[in-house]
Amino acid sequence: MPRDNSIKKVLVIGSGPIVIGQAAEFDYAGTQACRSLREEGVEVCLVNSNPATIMTDKQIADQVYIESLTIETLQQIILKEKPDSILPTIGGQAGLNLGMELADSGFLAEHNVRLIGTSRDTIFRAEDRQAFKDTMEKLGEPVAASHVVHNVEDGVQFTNTIGYPVVLRPAYTLGGSGGGIAHDESELREILENGLRLSRVHEVLVERSIAGWKEVEYEVMRDAAGNCITVCNMENIDPVGVHTGDSIVVAPSQTLGDKEYQMLRTSALNIITELGITGGCNVQYALNPDSFEYCVIEVNPRVSRSSALASKATGYPIAKVSAKIALGYTLDEIKNVITGKTYACFEPMLDYCVVKIPRLPFDKFITAKRTLTTQMKATGEVMSIANNFEGGLMKAIRSLEQHVDSLKSYDFTMLSMDELEDQLKVVDDRRIWVIAEALRRHIPKEHIHDITKIDLWFIDKIDILVGMEYRLSSEPMTAELLAEAKRMEFPDHVIAELSGKTEDEIHKMRMENGIIAGFKMVDTCAAEFEATTPYYYSVFGSENEAIETKDKKKILVLGSGPIRIGQGIEFDFCSVHATWAFSKRGYETIIVNNNPETVSTDFDIADKLYFEPLTAEDVRNIVDFEKPDAAVVQFGGQTAIKLTQDLMEMGVPILGTKAEDVDAAEDRELFDEILQKTGIPRASGGTVYTAEEAKAVANRIGYPVLVRPSYVLGGQGMQIAFNDQEIEQFIDIINRIAQDHPILVDKYLQGKEVEVDAVCDGENILIPGIMEHIERTGIHSGDSISVYPAPTISDEIKAKIAKDTELLAQALHVKGMINIQFIVMDGEVYVIEVNPRSSRTVPYISKVTGIPIVDLAVQVMLGKKIPELGYAPGLQPEADYYAIKMPVFSFEKLRGAEIAMGPEMKSTGECLGISPDFNEALYKAFQGAGVRLPKYKQMIMTIKDSDKAESVDVAKRFANLGYTIYATRSTARYLNDHGVEARWVNKISQESPNVMDLILGHKIDVVVDIPTQGHGDKSRDGFQIRRNAIETGVYCITALDTANALAHALETVNGDHELSIIDIAKIQSRGGNVEA
Amino acid sequence: MKAFLILEDGTVFTGKSIGSTREVISEIVFNTSMTGYLEVLTDPSYAGQAVTMTYPLIGNYGITPDMESERSWVDGYIVRELSRIPSNFRCQGTIQDFLVKQDIPGIAGIDTRALTKILREKGTMNGMITTNQNYDLEEIIPRLKAYTVGDVVTKVTCTEKKVLPGKGKKVALLDLGAKNNIAKSLNERGCEVTIYPAHTSAEEILASNPDGIMLSNGPGDPKTNVDIILNIKKLYASDIPIFAICLGHQLMALATGADTYKMKYGHRGGNHPVKDLETGRVYISSQNHGYAVDTETLDPKVCVPAFTNVNDGTNEGLKYVGKNIFTVQFHPEACPGPQDSGYLFDRFLKMMGGEQ
Repeated sequence: MPRDNSIKKVLVIGSGPIVIGQAAEFDYAGTQACRSLREEGVEVCLVNSNPATIMTDKQIADQVYIESLTIETLQQIILKEKPDSILPTIGGQAGLNLGMELADSGFLAEHNVRLIGTSRDTIFRAEDRQAFKDTMEKLGEPVAASHVVHNVEDGVQFTNTIGYPVVLRPAYTLGGSGGGIAHDESELREILENGLRLSRVHEVLVERSIAGWKEVEYEVMRDAAGNCITVCNMENIDPVGVHTGDSIVVAPSQTLGDKEYQMLRTSALNIITELGITGGCNVQYALNPDSFEYCVIEVNPRVSRSSALASKATGYPIAKVSAKIALGYTLDEIKNVITGKTYACFEPMLDYCVVKIPRLPFDKFITAKRTLTTQMKATGEVMSIANNFEGGLMKAIRSLEQHVDSLKSYDFTMLSMDELEDQLKVVDDRRIWVIAEALRRHIPKEHIHDITKIDLWFIDKIDILVGMEYRLSSEPMTAELLAEAKRMEFPDHVIAELSGKTEDEIHKMRMENGIIAGFKMVDTCAAEFEATTPYYYSVFGSENEAIETKDKKKILVLGSGPIRIGQGIEFDFCSVHATWAFSKRGYETIIVNNNPETVSTDFDIADKLYFEPLTAEDVRNIVDFEKPDAAVVQFGGQTAIKLTQDLMEMGVPILGTKAEDVDAAEDRELFDEILQKTGIPRASGGTVYTAEEAKAVANRIGYPVLVRPSYVLGGQGMQIAFNDQEIEQFIDIINRIAQDHPILVDKYLQGKEVEVDAVCDGENILIPGIMEHIERTGIHSGDSISVYPAPTISDEIKAKIAKDTELLAQALHVKGMINIQFIVMDGEVYVIEVNPRSSRTVPYISKVTGIPIVDLAVQVMLGKKIPELGYAPGLQPEADYYAIKMPVFSFEKLRGAEIAMGPEMKSTGECLGISPDFNEALYKAFQGAGVRLPKYKQMIMTIKDSDKAESVDVAKRFANLGYTIYATRSTARYLNDHGVEARWVNKISQESPNVMDLILGHKIDVVVDIPTQGHGDKSRDGFQIRRNAIETGVYCITALDTANALAHALETVNGDHELSIIDIAKIQSRGGNVEA
Repeated sequence: MKAFLILEDGTVFTGKSIGSTREVISEIVFNTSMTGYLEVLTDPSYAGQAVTMTYPLIGNYGITPDMESERSWVDGYIVRELSRIPSNFRCQGTIQDFLVKQDIPGIAGIDTRALTKILREKGTMNGMITTNQNYDLEEIIPRLKAYTVGDVVTKVTCTEKKVLPGKGKKVALLDLGAKNNIAKSLNERGCEVTIYPAHTSAEEILASNPDGIMLSNGPGDPKTNVDIILNIKKLYASDIPIFAICLGHQLMALATGADTYKMKYGHRGGNHPVKDLETGRVYISSQNHGYAVDTETLDPKVCVPAFTNVNDGTNEGLKYVGKNIFTVQFHPEACPGPQDSGYLFDRFLKMMGGEQ
C-alpha cells in the first residue's frame, strides 16, 4: 500500500519531562519518527514540554511547542496549527493517554483530525484492563487470573478466592507506580489503597502472582495490510516480580528452545493482529519454567523503552518504521537502511548477545529502599554487545559508571554463610554480585536457583566468570589464560589486580601476544547480507571487520553513558549537536556511547557508532584502530571529561579547552590564583582530604559550610554542614564513593543563584543569556527553578556577571563551552563554580535564545572567532518573553527516598514554561511539571523556626487565593499571631485526626514543608509527611521560594485564563547569523 | 583437542574439536536461526552438508524431544560456543554428548561470523573438518574441490512405508528426506498419512487411491533425482491434489519442464519474508535450500509464481495452471522457525475437499 497522501501535517506528541519510567528512549523514538515523517514530505508539528530533548529542535520539526502536555494546550495547538493527523504512539504513556483523551472528548472528530499509527479502539483494547482481558480470552491467550477493582474491599474479597501472593497493577500509571506484590492482607490493603489513588481512573488490577516465572518480551511490528514481524525477543534474567525496566535483560532469549520461542512469537503476532495494531508494539510474557504454560502480562501498543532497546540491539529502527507505517506504507515497501538491500519486512537475526543493565539511583537516595519490585526505579540503562554472555555482562557492568567493573566490585565477603544466604533472598540491584560471592563460597548453583529463581544457565555463566577470577589469581599468567579472560571481557586492571601484576604489564603482554580487540558489525542479518552501516561492537579473539577510513579528518565524540540523576539527556543533546556540527564542517564523526535509550546511539547520527563502555581501556581499543585526529570531551558530561587525561596519554589531541585549564577550574589552589588575578570573589574555604582538616577549615570560616567532592556532577555527595558532627558524617559518606580527588569546604552564602553558559574563543565571549534561580543558594542548580532572562538582577549586576564570565573564560583559556554559577548577595557577585564544559542548561538556553551554542562552540574549537560567526561578543540582547525551566522529580517511584531539596541534585528531568508574562510562564512551568492547581484549595504548612517569619507572606497569599491552611502547632500559632488564619492539626505522633489523616483524606492540594537544614536533625515526622504527600500524589514543596513562586503563578492564572502558546521554531537568534 | 576447518579456497580456521574426532569433507553452509539447533541437526535436508550456526551460543537448552527425524544428518557442525550446561525443563542431555553419540564431527571456538562472510562473498563451498594438526593443504584442496553431495535422497529416505492413522483425508507423503513435522501437521489435521520411500513408483502411490499427495523437503541437487522426477511427472498427470515443499517443489518444477539452479549461498534460517502474490501478504518463513526454481524457465501455461522472496526476488512457490497443485520453496512445517505459513496445510486440506 503506498503512502496515504491525505496525511500532510502531523502533530507529534512527545513524552514530557524525564521521569523514572519515561526517559530518553522517547526522545530517541520521537526524533527518529519526526525525521522519518519529514523525509516523506510531511509537515511535522511537535509538542513536548521537555526542553532538553533533541526532538524539540527546530531542525527536527517544522513547528515546535515546548508547552505543557495538557488537553487544553493540545487543543489550542490543534486549533492554531490545523494538523490533519496526530501520531500519539511515540510519546510513551503520556503521549498515548493524551491522544486517547483528545479522541474520547470528540474534539478530534469535530476538527477533522485523526489518530494515525494506531486507532483509539486499539489503544483502548490494549490499555483498558477489562477490555484487554476480554480480548485475550477471545483469542484464547492466557492471562493470569485477575480482577479489576475500584475499591479495597473488592480487592480483598477477590484475593481470598485466588490466594496470596497477588500482583497489583494500577491502570494508566507510569513505570508501574503504585503497583506491587502483596503477600498478605495488610500489604494488600496498603498497596491497593495507594494504587487506587495514583490511578487516573481509580482502577487497579489484582492478579495471581506468577513471580518466579521467566519474563520474556517480544517486540513486534504490524502494518495496515496485516503483515507482522517480530523485531526481537528479550529475556529478563530477573524472573517475574521485578519490573522489566529494573531487570537485567538479555537479547535474544537464551534459555528458550525453539518450541517456547515460536509459541510466544506466534502468540504475540496473534495478539497484535487481533488488536489491529499498526506500528510497533511490545508484548510481555511470563513463562512457567517447568512447562509450556504462559501468561500474557501486558501489551504496549506504542514504542517503549523496550522497543528502543530492541532497536539498538538489532539495528532495526522501530520508531522510524512505525512512522512510515502510520503514513500507510506496508513493511515490504520500507527499505532496511542498514543493509540497503533488504526490506523492513523481515526478522533481524543476531549473531551476538546483548545485555542491558538498569542504572539505579540508590547512590543518590541512600535512604531509599534498594529492593526491586514491579514498580520501576531505574533512571536509565546501559547496553553492551558481545559474542558471549560473559563478555556482555562484564562490559555492561563497567558501562554503569557506578564504580563497578567486575563481579568483585560489591564486597560481600564479610557476610557469614547464613547472612549470605539471607542476602540471596533480597531482590535488589546488587543481586548478581551476591550470587558471585555465593558461588565463590561453593554454594550449589541449584540452591542459588531455588532461592533466586534465576535460570541455572545464567547462574552458570556467573560461575564461569567467578572461575576465571580464581584462575587469574591462582594460575601463572599465560597468553592463553589472558586471551580467555579478555574473551570474557575482564578489563586489564581487574586482570592485573587478580594476578598481582600491573595494568601496564597486562597491556604489554596483550600487545606482545596479539590479544587485541576487533570490531564486529551490527547488521540485522547475522552477516547474511552485506551491510553498509558502520555500527560496531568490540570482541576479542575474532577478526576485525571495521572498515578503515582515511578520506576525512576524524573526530571522536565521547557520549555521556547512562542517564542518571545529575547527568541526564541534556548531555546527549550536546553530544548529538556536536557530532552534527563537526559533520557539517567536513569531519568524519565517531561516537562512543553505551546508552541504548538515546539519540546519539542511533546508527545514523555519526558516521560511525561504537557501542562500547566509556572506560579508558575500551576507548583506547577504538583509538588504536581509528587513530582519530582529535577528540572532544566537552559535551559528554563528567563521563567524557574524566577520560581527558587518558586520551592525551593515548596521543589524541583534545579539541577546545586544554586539560590543564580544566584542572585549573577544579583545583582549589590553581583556581584561587585565577580568582586573585581576576579579582573575582568567592566564598572563602579550603581543600581538604580528611574530616579533621575539614573541621579546621569550617571553624576558621565559620558554619554553615558547603562540603563537596571535586570532579563530580549533579552535586553528588554535596551537603551543608552546620557543625563538626555533620562534617564527620558527610566526609564519611563522600569517602565511601571511590574518591581520588580532594574535598572542598566552602562558606555557605545564602543569596541569589545565577547561572551562565557561554562560548569563548580564547579571547571573545558569547553569552546567550543569564539565568536566575528562583530558589536561593543551598539548593542544587539542577533542582532550582531557572528563569531566563534573569528577572530580579539589575543591569549593572548583569554587566558585572558578563564581565566576570569573560575574565574567567579568558583566564582559563577556554575554547568552547563554559558554565559558571554565581551568587549575587548584597550587590556583590561571587563565583560558586566554573565548569569549562557543556552543562545541563545548554539545550534550554539554546532553544529559548535561538542561539545554537553547541554548534558555535564546535566552530570555535575548530579555530573560528566569535565575530566571524556573526555575533557581537558579550551578553546577547534579552528575549521579550520569559522562559522558565522547572525541575521534575520522580520521588513517588522511590519508596523511602528523602525528598527535601538540598545541595545534592535529586530531579530526574525538567520542563519549560514560556510566556511574555513572567507569572504566566511560571504557571505553565508548574503545569508542565504536573502541578495542576487549584483543586481543593486546602494546604498544609509546617515551617522550620528560622523561616517562619518569611512564611507569613506566602501563607497570606495562599489565603487570599482562597486556600484553607492547615498547620502543625507552632506554625499554626505563628501564622495566626501574624494575621493569617491557619487551622491547627495534630502531629503524626499525636492522636487522630492528625496531619497524616489530612493527607490521606486526599483533599490537600499542596504541602509546604520546610525542614530544618542539615541532616543532624532526624525529623522523622517531617520525613513521614513528605513521603506520604508524595505517595498520595500531593505536590510537596520544601523551599519557601518555590512556594512563593507557586503563589505567584496561581494568582495570575486563576479561572478561565487562556494561556499563550509559543512556537519555538520561530525564535530567531538575536543578533546572530545561525548559518555562519 | 584442536580442530581445523579447511575451506576449498585455502582458508583455515582453528578451533576446538566437538563431537566425533573423525575427519569429514562436506559442503559448508550457514544457518541464521537463533533457536532450533536440534531441529537443524536432525533435518534430513542437511545431508551432505556441514552447518555453521551464525548464532554464537548453541546448546543452551540442551537436547529436547524435538528431533525432526530419527537421527542427525549433518556431515559436520560448526559453532562459536557450546554451552557448558544446558537448562530447560525438557532437557534430556547435552549437545556435546549428542554429537558424540551421533558421530558428528564438529568444530567450536571459531569466528563463525568471519566464516559466514566468506561463504556470503564467495558462495557456498566445500570444506574439511579435521583434528589432524599435520594437514597438508596441497593434498586436501583438490579433494575438497572434487567433493559432491551426491545422491543423498536415497540415503535419508525411509526404507519402508509407514502409516500414521487418522480418520480424515488420506495423504500419501513421498519422503524425500521429510521432517517429522510435515506428517505431524497433516496428522494433527485428522489426515491418515502414509509415508512412502522416495523411490516408490507413482503407480504404487496412485494405486492406494490417496485424497492428496504431499512431496516433502529433502537434500541435495534436485536434478540428480532422475527416477523420482519421472514418478512425479506421473503424479502430476493424475488429478490428485498435490502439495509440495522445498525439494518436492523443485522436483515438481523439473518434472513439468522448468529448470533449477544452484544459489550462491542459499537461504537457511527462520527470518525469510515470502510474499503471497495473490494476496500481497508477506509471511516470515523458515527456509533451508541451496537450489531454486528458475522463474525464467516457467511455462505460464503450466505454472505461475505464487510466492516470491521479498529480499532477493527468488521464487518461493508455484501454482499449477488447471491443476490442484501448489508448491512452496519454504517450510510451512517450521521446526525450527516461524509457524506463520502453517495455514498452507489447511489450504491443502481444502484442496482435498476437506474443511478444517
